[in-house]
Amino acid sequence: MNEKASLSVEDPFAAAMAEEDIPGRSLWVDAWHRLLKNRAALVSGVIMAVMVLMVVFGPMLLPWEADFTDWDNTSSPPSLQTGHWFGTDAVGRDILVRTLEGGRISLLVGLVATLVSLAIGVTYGAVAGYYGGMTDRIMMRGVDIIYALPFMFFVILLMVVFGRHIVLIFVAIGAVNWLDMARIVRGQTLSLRNMEFVEAARACGVDHHAIIRRHIIPNLLGVVMVYVTLTIPQVILVESFLSFLGLGVQEPMSSWGALVNDGAQDMESAPWTLIFPATFLTVTLYCFNYIGDGMRDALDPKDRL
Amino acid sequence: MKQEGILRHAATRFLGLIPTMLLLITIAFFMIRVAPGGPFDSEKVLPPEIRANLDAKYHLDEPLLQQYFRYLGQIVSGDFGPSFQYKDWSVNELIWRGFPVSATVGGLAMLLAFVLGTLVGIAAALKQNTGVDYSVMGVAMLGISIPNFVIAPLLILGLAVYAGWLPAGGWDWSWQRMILPVITLALPVVAYIARLMRGSMIEVLHSNYIRTARAKGLPESLVIRRHALKPAILPVISYMGPATAALITGSVVIERIYSIPGLGSYFVQGALNRDYTLVMGVVIFYGIVIIVLNFIVDLLYAWLNPRIRYDEAQ
Repeated sequence: MNEKASLSVEDPFAAAMAEEDIPGRSLWVDAWHRLLKNRAALVSGVIMAVMVLMVVFGPMLLPWEADFTDWDNTSSPPSLQTGHWFGTDAVGRDILVRTLEGGRISLLVGLVATLVSLAIGVTYGAVAGYYGGMTDRIMMRGVDIIYALPFMFFVILLMVVFGRHIVLIFVAIGAVNWLDMARIVRGQTLSLRNMEFVEAARACGVDHHAIIRRHIIPNLLGVVMVYVTLTIPQVILVESFLSFLGLGVQEPMSSWGALVNDGAQDMESAPWTLIFPATFLTVTLYCFNYIGDGMRDALDPKDRL
Repeated sequence: MKQEGILRHAATRFLGLIPTMLLLITIAFFMIRVAPGGPFDSEKVLPPEIRANLDAKYHLDEPLLQQYFRYLGQIVSGDFGPSFQYKDWSVNELIWRGFPVSATVGGLAMLLAFVLGTLVGIAAALKQNTGVDYSVMGVAMLGISIPNFVIAPLLILGLAVYAGWLPAGGWDWSWQRMILPVITLALPVVAYIARLMRGSMIEVLHSNYIRTARAKGLPESLVIRRHALKPAILPVISYMGPATAALITGSVVIERIYSIPGLGSYFVQGALNRDYTLVMGVVIFYGIVIIVLNFIVDLLYAWLNPRIRYDEAQ
């Protein structure tokens, strides 16, 4: 809170506003209003909320189990009569339930792997940016070097070498995806480092860890939130890419990528096995990208004039 | 002064490539070597003598560090060793068989993406906040969001299976068989470049010197071509490095879907078969391709951008 007060002093309008006693609007309230005005982001947000609810509760409400094979209805097209609204695959498994269960894995990977990359990236970037100088140079040089590596191939290599375990997928994707985050956070920290409120904290004798934790990281929140929203679809995409190649999650578990792969095999005879999971995956990626875009516009200080 | 700056920039960047490549090779090597289970474990249990002979042949019986330096020396002399699975094939031969195919598809896709992406981006920027802009950008967002392994089957289904206009897959160096893979591979990059181009063009068009150019009465087309284009295209140039990586990664999927005998298919096959030398070779080869192309893009960017600071220490 105190840093906001110190910021608004620089604002030429602040003095005038204070005199007339207009309630100030914080960055967050401002951003929230702008986000609500962004139709595409708002609609995307609602769709994603519905999607999450469906994926989490849908499989509990539907009469089918994901691995139940309905031998009377193999490769049957979508119909209300059979009760398989999205149809069934070649061994009679219900596509709707499988799509929703696959969505659980895809969204879970998106969330967990993003959190892994968030934790590594923010810590690394904040430390490099805050200490600056030699530390920063060495740390960012390291990032540059890793950045040039073909990371997708390393994820594949990891899957080949250590087997295709779900936890490994989280870690592998998260561990290679933190570089952008580290760069962005580091840049932001560099500019925050010389702000008055950080100087004030330092003058008061607050130690480095506390400054990073209490003053730097809270001020990075905007940028980080935007970036998290943009990382989630990337991570989901990487996971589905791996699963599509047969290197991701293994049967009986499934994800949207694995389902698209299955569907692509029998798309000529049973296109619904491809189309439904593909639609769910695409809608999710589309919505996340719009939400991320909307948040970037809403939190971009360039726009605030 | 400028020339000297670029040379210094090139030299520092070039030196910077060495640790990257070393790291690439080291990670690839040790990741494979700590793998539980060797390449000969899977199929059937071999008699110990044969096993020992095989290990000796592939130098698997030596201490790890010795193997590492042997491999490093091999790579430096441009030899990726024999393939474990494709008997009688060296990894080099497999790479040189697959790479021309992959490079053709990738190069054409890159060309298409660059030309189409910049044109669409400029068009959207000039019609900012009109119906044209919104629809183009909506489509571009779709291009970014739909994974190419979803687009590819849909294109095959629509254009090959139902309409019968194009072959569904396979490879014989004919343009008919190139169309679908190139389009599929290029689409996300087209979309990304279009968005980048639109954003930077809008920003440039709002700058003071453009206002000056317009004020002195230059026709709009000249303002755009002579004054706005060069600075606006810079972000696109710097995106070409990541774009190469994206295309190479994408090609792995594309080649599988369209059954193209490129390097990507060998890679996936090798990954599924645990063909360690092949997988390692392809990772290192592609890594080096990406690193070198990034280097070239970097120089191109420095050359095009007068504002760049050549002083790396700064």
